[in-house]
Amino acid sequence: MRVNVTVNGAPMTADDVWPGESLLYVLRERLGLPGAKNACEQGECGSCTVYLDGEPVCACLVAAGQAEGREVLTVEGLASGEGELDPVQQAFVECGAVQCGFCTPGLIVQAHSLIARHDGVPADAEIREHLAGNLCRCTGYEKILDAVRLAARRKAGS
Amino acid sequence: MDFLRATTWAEALRMKADRPDATPVQGGTDVMVEINLDKGRPAALLDLTPVTELAEWSAESGTVRIGAGVTYSRIIAELADRLPGLAQASRTVGSPQIRNRGTVAGNLGAASPAGDSHPPLLASGAIVEAESVGGIRMIPIGDFYTGVKRNALAPDELIRAVHVPERRGPQYFSKIGTRNAMVIAVCSFGIALDVAARTVGTGIGSAAPTPRRATEAEAFLAENWSPGDPEVSRRFGELVAAAAAPIDDVRGSRDYRVHALAVMARRTLGWAWEEHRRTS
Repeated sequence: MRVNVTVNGAPMTADDVWPGESLLYVLRERLGLPGAKNACEQGECGSCTVYLDGEPVCACLVAAGQAEGREVLTVEGLASGEGELDPVQQAFVECGAVQCGFCTPGLIVQAHSLIARHDGVPADAEIREHLAGNLCRCTGYEKILDAVRLAARRKAGS
Repeated sequence: MDFLRATTWAEALRMKADRPDATPVQGGTDVMVEINLDKGRPAALLDLTPVTELAEWSAESGTVRIGAGVTYSRIIAELADRLPGLAQASRTVGSPQIRNRGTVAGNLGAASPAGDSHPPLLASGAIVEAESVGGIRMIPIGDFYTGVKRNALAPDELIRAVHVPERRGPQYFSKIGTRNAMVIAVCSFGIALDVAARTVGTGIGSAAPTPRRATEAEAFLAENWSPGDPEVSRRFGELVAAAAAPIDDVRGSRDYRVHALAVMARRTLGWAWEEHRRTS
């Protein structure tokens, strides 16, 4: 079947989609957007987090056909301009919140959704709760929390 | 596999009548896991997400009608005052990403004994609104669960909504898991006090083939309405544990679940009674 979906602002079409296929598979294998990662395929790890109509979701649990006519924003679409990172990405770089990098795209999208709806700096408990569905097996999370606080502080201060 | 896309509720009912073998999909948090991990492959998926009226809730004469497309995130944000037990249980579901997609109706459709919304639905006496092209059927929650991952829906029926009475007193939900997020319940318990009627509703999760009430515990407390009495609450806990029929499995042993249920029942009753005393 054919799926029409707007991804990172651009209308896109995927053909020959299998009805049981996930949005994640369509993004990675059919639309050339490998930023969202494929890991657990059961919504446990958050590596595939993307925005679907403005809400962060696990792309592995969205049937491709459910994305028909909807808007998807992936990690590739967060930065506004060429060569410039989104403030959340910049904070991850500066804080060293990356080790192997596999969980990073999902964490950045999920952290982005927290900071986008927050005017101040979220309490640690709120950050932890918001990121509870994103597993990192390298870093121990401390630098990830540092990065989220830094991005939030910069937004609050601007 | 076929992908059926319903754009209106009437169309969804017609599609389900034509294809009773189709699996309805809303948030996909159960259905897609089965497909991704090749545990099962439905003959067809019936996508209900375009049916916008499913994503609405309304309150009328003391009951909230929650459409089948209302997500856990929205129950937490919009219904915590009216349905505190269900909102508490919703907060323990998966992660924010899962709660942005998952629905109570999906929990009912999957009918896993471990589903987090079942105990508060049982405790507050919810009613499932099922519909087919033949008409609407209102199924009391106690009759809805028929076996492990089995429910009372006919092959041509879809869940339209669940009707949940608004709180008539304090409500609490307690869940045992190995961490504070992303866990399937080892066992869980929901309680709803009806202060004026001097009764309590209960719901046990993940400790029997289906979610179930602890009816003897409810009757005992109604006859001995002294929830603050330690002896009464201890006995209440015992009777809740006695109502369970758990098994040993990877998440926990039978004995642990029985013990934990007695503790959760006693504690949640204590929290509820304390809130009642504080606020009345």
